[in-house]
Amino acid sequence: MSITQIMFFFLSALAVFSAIMVLVSRNPVHSVLWLIAVFFAISGHYILLNAQFLAIVNLIVYAGAIMVLFLFVIMLMNLNKESEPNKHIWMKLAGAISGGCFLMVMVSLVRQAADFQGKEALVGTGDIGLIKNLGKALFSNYVVPFEISSVLFLSAMVGAVVIGKKE
Amino acid sequence: MPIQYYIYLSLALFSIGIIGVLTRRNAIIVFMCIELMLNAVNLLLVAFSKMHHGTALATDAATTAGIDGQLFVFFIMVVAAAEVSVGLAIIVMMYRNIHSVDINFLNRLKN
Repeated sequence: MSITQIMFFFLSALAVFSAIMVLVSRNPVHSVLWLIAVFFAISGHYILLNAQFLAIVNLIVYAGAIMVLFLFVIMLMNLNKESEPNKHIWMKLAGAISGGCFLMVMVSLVRQAADFQGKEALVGTGDIGLIKNLGKALFSNYVVPFEISSVLFLSAMVGAVVIGKKE
Repeated sequence: MPIQYYIYLSLALFSIGIIGVLTRRNAIIVFMCIELMLNAVNLLLVAFSKMHHGTALATDAATTAGIDGQLFVFFIMVVAAAEVSVGLAIIVMMYRNIHSVDINFLNRLKN
């Protein structure tokens, strides 16, 4: 077993365990902290796939900005274990069964698919994930979506202010 | 690394996100599970982009095939950031009106 494989399985186990802990923790603040652990594990996967730009952006945008926003909102509302709404046990069971059925169907589909047989994801090499190549592609082929996304951000900012302000 | 491993990992994360949306009643946790599903898809897009790059690299050493997948991930992150800001504003407004984040209070639109 090479070091990349060990890293892959370690990061995968960390990601799945933290994702499950997001669901089962009763305290919303703990859920946010576990979700940050998931994002760190996924960033580790990006580094393993030599997509360094996305790894850094994932850490800054998701683990840095978005999760701090979640944490602020949770602390603003003073949510804790006691105020946590409880769903009926049958509803929980039904949700878990439907999610498990989805997972089972998709896994059997992937196992049978001929398109994926013998295909490898390039790990540790390949330079398309470097910021130089991504920047060249972003500012040549994808200029228009990039500019449109700035308009989207502006409208989202205006929308958040309008929705969030008091009457 | 075989591409199936990445598909299984992404499927597991995505299914956990689905189960979270179906079983939790706290609106913020539901929102966080949607973020989890978005991240599972992001990971799969990067893995597929590296797979595509690996097959294209066999014929052409200077190819940039597969770079579109990583740019898609970048744009998904952009849209997710905008979505979170508006969504959390909506949740704050809902909390201000009904003093709860329980989504079962929203099962009817009247009143």
